[in-house]
Amino acid sequence: MWKTLHKIGSIGIVTEPAPAADDALRVAERLQAEIRRIIGRALCIRQVDAGSCNGCELEIHALSNPIYNIEGLGIKFVASPRHADLLLVTGPVARNMELALKRTFDATPDPKLVVAVGDCGCTGGIFGESYASAGRVANVIPVDVAVPGCPPSPSRILAGILTAITARRAPSTSGGPELR
Amino acid sequence: MLNVLLERSSPVPGSPGVRGLGATSDTWHPMARDLAAAGARLLSLWVDRQPEKTAVIAAYLCDRAVLVIQSRLPANEETYPGIAELFPCAARMQRAAADLTGIRASDPDSRPWLRHAAWPAAYSPLAAPNEDYRPAGTPTADQYPFVRVSGDGVHEIPVGPVHAGIIEPGHFRFSIVGEKVLKLEERLGYVHKGIERLFTKTKLLEGHRLAARVSGDSAVAYSWAYCQALEGMSRVAVPAHASWLRALALESERIASHLGDLGALGNDAGFAFGIAQFSRLKELWLRELQAALGQRYLFDFVVPGGVSRDSDRDRLVKLTGCASMLAREAAAIRTIYDEHAGVRDRFAGAGTVTADLAKRLGLIGLAGRASGQDFDLRIDLPCDPYGELAARKYVRDEGDVAARVAVRFDELLESLRLVSNIATHLPPGDPRVGIAVPPAGSAGIGLVEGWRGPVMVALSAGTDGYVARCRPHDPSWQNWPVLEHAVIGNIVPDFPLINKSFNLSYSGHDL
Repeated sequence: MWKTLHKIGSIGIVTEPAPAADDALRVAERLQAEIRRIIGRALCIRQVDAGSCNGCELEIHALSNPIYNIEGLGIKFVASPRHADLLLVTGPVARNMELALKRTFDATPDPKLVVAVGDCGCTGGIFGESYASAGRVANVIPVDVAVPGCPPSPSRILAGILTAITARRAPSTSGGPELR
Repeated sequence: MLNVLLERSSPVPGSPGVRGLGATSDTWHPMARDLAAAGARLLSLWVDRQPEKTAVIAAYLCDRAVLVIQSRLPANEETYPGIAELFPCAARMQRAAADLTGIRASDPDSRPWLRHAAWPAAYSPLAAPNEDYRPAGTPTADQYPFVRVSGDGVHEIPVGPVHAGIIEPGHFRFSIVGEKVLKLEERLGYVHKGIERLFTKTKLLEGHRLAARVSGDSAVAYSWAYCQALEGMSRVAVPAHASWLRALALESERIASHLGDLGALGNDAGFAFGIAQFSRLKELWLRELQAALGQRYLFDFVVPGGVSRDSDRDRLVKLTGCASMLAREAAAIRTIYDEHAGVRDRFAGAGTVTADLAKRLGLIGLAGRASGQDFDLRIDLPCDPYGELAARKYVRDEGDVAARVAVRFDELLESLRLVSNIATHLPPGDPRVGIAVPPAGSAGIGLVEGWRGPVMVALSAGTDGYVARCRPHDPSWQNWPVLEHAVIGNIVPDFPLINKSFNLSYSGHDL
């Protein structure tokens, strides 16, 4: 027990500041003030691997490490779509996952957001469309924000999530949106 | 018998350690029986269906060689003798081959495996090069005939394909009494993306990018195995500088994966401290890789002819420094794990696969080594530069979660040692040499010990510089069926822990 406590004490807090939201990642204008009012900054995410190579999942995992510390921002991953405000979807959508993804989307209560992660989620990527792949996530369910990359870095994914829950920046505003 | 077969075989040019042997429909099964009797392991089984010929192919791991037996089917013959009673892991490979090529094994379990409801049985993706089936609308749910367990108080828990955690999709059907698991039946194929068909639309010199994305956590292993096969076919010798950097990348991938798993295993045993520490260490390692090799995950680092990016002395010195720090920290956390009564209680005796069972079912790779299966390609069939690196192999006999954790700790520390060794003694030279398109009709096999186990890529060249057939094989094919046995008699709440201790690939298996 002493070794455990010593380790915790000696490492201290390693969390880094969160990235800013990025309007370049925005693909839809479904957001309304009401959604933000309801969801606010305490966000529950259901992650759905719809056919990825598992590369994006590795970087999504990293969001929970003490350095990105996504829970410190009031955001947590939940086990059921029924508890979720936002779906974080990876992969080209495998045809064998198409129905499961639609059902997961339907099971998520409104108002809900969808963030597609990775080149495959954004465009179908290297896998494209075929007998086995339905291509990008937006081919199957509506997408609000798409984060490209193969895989995108944790800070890009985090920026995508924060973009989804932050109002589009007004053109006249000089500074970035306040995230905390 | 093994020696007789090996003597009759001939070396596959450009693929060191690999020998090829032809078979007929009559000799295919007897050869498999002889190999099983001699203790060989089945590495992979697949079907190559080309317009002019159809062959069923099996790669066997023998002591110091990989024997590839190819049985050409007579024209219009669509069935071959199944070998699942000799090598149980062949069953799903045969079912998958049937789904993709229409060529079936004679074994009794003929349920579809990768084919769900998205395409009809009449469509064989690998047999119809010019016909790409497109479903009309969303595929419906199909009714997969799970094996039912009946009796007083038995009930089923269906789990997935969308899981509770951030993991890949698949379906698990538990039959339980109270909390005890009587039977687990897996159903996979949800992330089937048509990779093998896509390979046939890919240029030979570009296939390494697709190979890297077969299973993203093993990107280096797959892209290296692909390039090995390709370079053998083109008769290109990779400079030592490049092959050492490839080994650096492969060990780095193993380190990242083991750091992640060791944390997750602590977490699944209820010890959140473990994941907090190990996920921090993993992040530090990924950042060091970004600095040294330009990427956190090394997706397109291994390229035909070498590596895509050289590294400089200063970066490698820093990487070595990080490796030493990680070795110290991991050793300290290992002591904490070992001394923690709660963690020890969850790890020890959970999900046991005895050495006997492991041998019978063909358990392989890291999980195999935790169940007494003494095989590691890096040591037993080393490709360059592993002959010079003198990697150590770690084998245990207990076969439980604790053993799989212990092997991970040992291999993590060994890989950290290897990385420092490689960075310090990296031979000078070019990071990459030119490579010509291999001639049509040539074929090769690449073999790399990924962190999960042996990764194989079997490649053959078509005309116009395109891939004729590429079979990427993940050790998860062998190990998924063993997980079904590992959980028998355990309680349902231990399943996530046992599953994580194997950490098998869905994408690498579903293809």
